[in-house]
Amino acid sequence: MTAIRIEGLQKIYGSSVRAVDGLNLMVEEGTVFGFLGPNGAGKTTTIRMLTGLAHPSGGKAWVAGAELNDSRKVAARIGYLPEEPAFYTWMSPLEFLDHVGRLFGLSAAERNARAMELLEMTGLAQVRKRRIAGFSRGMRQRLGLAQALVNRPEVLFLDEPVSALDPAGRKEVLEMIEGLRRKCTVFMSTHILADVERVCDTVGIINQGKLIVEANQQELLARYTQPAFELECDPGQEEALKAWAGGLASFGWVTGTSVDGAVARVIVKNVADARQALLAEVARAQMALRRYEIVTPSLEDVFLRLVNGEAVKQ
Amino acid sequence: MNLLTSLRKEMIEQWRTSRLLVLAIVMLVFGLASPLLAKYTPEMLKLIPGAEQFAGLVPKPTMVDAVAQYIKNIGQFGVLLALLMSMGTMVVEKERGTAALMLVKPLPRGSFLAAKFLALALGFLAALALAALAGYYYTLVLFGALDWSAWLALNGLMWLEMLVYVALTMLFSTLLRSQAAAAGLGLGAILVLSLVGSLPTLGDAMPDKLVSWGASLFTPQAASAWPAVWVSLAIILASLLAAWLVFRKQEL
Repeated sequence: MTAIRIEGLQKIYGSSVRAVDGLNLMVEEGTVFGFLGPNGAGKTTTIRMLTGLAHPSGGKAWVAGAELNDSRKVAARIGYLPEEPAFYTWMSPLEFLDHVGRLFGLSAAERNARAMELLEMTGLAQVRKRRIAGFSRGMRQRLGLAQALVNRPEVLFLDEPVSALDPAGRKEVLEMIEGLRRKCTVFMSTHILADVERVCDTVGIINQGKLIVEANQQELLARYTQPAFELECDPGQEEALKAWAGGLASFGWVTGTSVDGAVARVIVKNVADARQALLAEVARAQMALRRYEIVTPSLEDVFLRLVNGEAVKQ
Repeated sequence: MNLLTSLRKEMIEQWRTSRLLVLAIVMLVFGLASPLLAKYTPEMLKLIPGAEQFAGLVPKPTMVDAVAQYIKNIGQFGVLLALLMSMGTMVVEKERGTAALMLVKPLPRGSFLAAKFLALALGFLAALALAALAGYYYTLVLFGALDWSAWLALNGLMWLEMLVYVALTMLFSTLLRSQAAAAGLGLGAILVLSLVGSLPTLGDAMPDKLVSWGASLFTPQAASAWPAVWVSLAIILASLLAAWLVFRKQEL
């Protein structure tokens, strides 16, 4: 079953700014979908259109079986957590969740039970009667997640849910998101690749308003990652390393190189061939190395490769 | 249903953020003070050095003076409070992001807007009721009993005038991106309506005439101003309708 179907969705500001440019996407029910892209790629605009906060300039979309223009149906079936959730700070978390429950037409008993369940889940039960005004960023984010789950949504939209949190807060919120797998469909936008690697089943990468690729995470890694070596030189040899790495590009077994300070990354076609040749080159250049290893390709490598405009073979 | 939920939230918010309390206190103070000022202004003049000779020129205050003082104070401050209480209603929720968080839920934008207007209308009604009770009591003590039906009608007409400025300022708060700009336009609307109100014929249908009608109820020649009632209601409805049409298209 498809939880989200997007066909040619567009958002054009003014006459020429294409924030979202003909987006096509399918998200399967019960999965955690990572919507990945650099800042300004169109992630938030897409979520705002799917939640009814912004109006598409073109295209169609269905969320939890309801077409976007049927806003009442969509609103009843989704949950939404913006990047920086704002609350009525004069309320307590319990009052806020009760207010949200009323909007969804829950009875008093249902509201109370659901609010307590969510406050327990998000670790806010102890402060349920405190005013939200005094809450930290992390507490607000957790309350934001709680309010998005009041109606047991079929589809949950999370816009950069952990980007503003400290490591402990991030861990907590990501664990909660992981716990939602198969209970509802999670559509999570982010630019933090480690979070995607940790919780998402499927990944869609968007850049300049266009979807570059959409695939299962493992499939994406298998399809787009290339073997690479990392070499770290002694301090003071950074310039020499840079010059040496630049010279490697002329070899047929090298696909690409990059240098970041004292670390050079050499992407190769074949590990076996490259292992012999690369060490010979290191010896010839009399480079003093601190570290030499074959690195496991990460989603970050794929992401950078794709958003930097390399050709994509679908 | 969600209109009531939203209205409930608005009323609790007015109470918890002390806005309702401030509104009630200001109105109550002016309701109380108006008959007192009318009664004791000549006495106060006598106490000001150099102004003693003018005290004799001031005619003996009457019940009509108490009513005039009440109209002047409550009328001016009521309109000012209408502006201050309404200028941030929409713009603040949009700016902070609470509107976005609420409107992705099954809460129609029309209900969101209507609840805000109704809450302000009820808040002003409660505050004006307090002022009216206080004003009536002190006028009774200092001058004698007022015609209660005329007093009720006067306060009803003043409430209607305040709602005109509440609705207009809410429209500006929906259209604009800052509270100050909404307040500025609200002030502009007051000036424009006052200027038009001073024109012959056309002026008889402007909201300013509501209070004139209310004041005339305490004189032998009461002059009704039904056109002003219809125009005021039309301004309120048109402002709310325009605000809704704009708001439903706005992106949050």
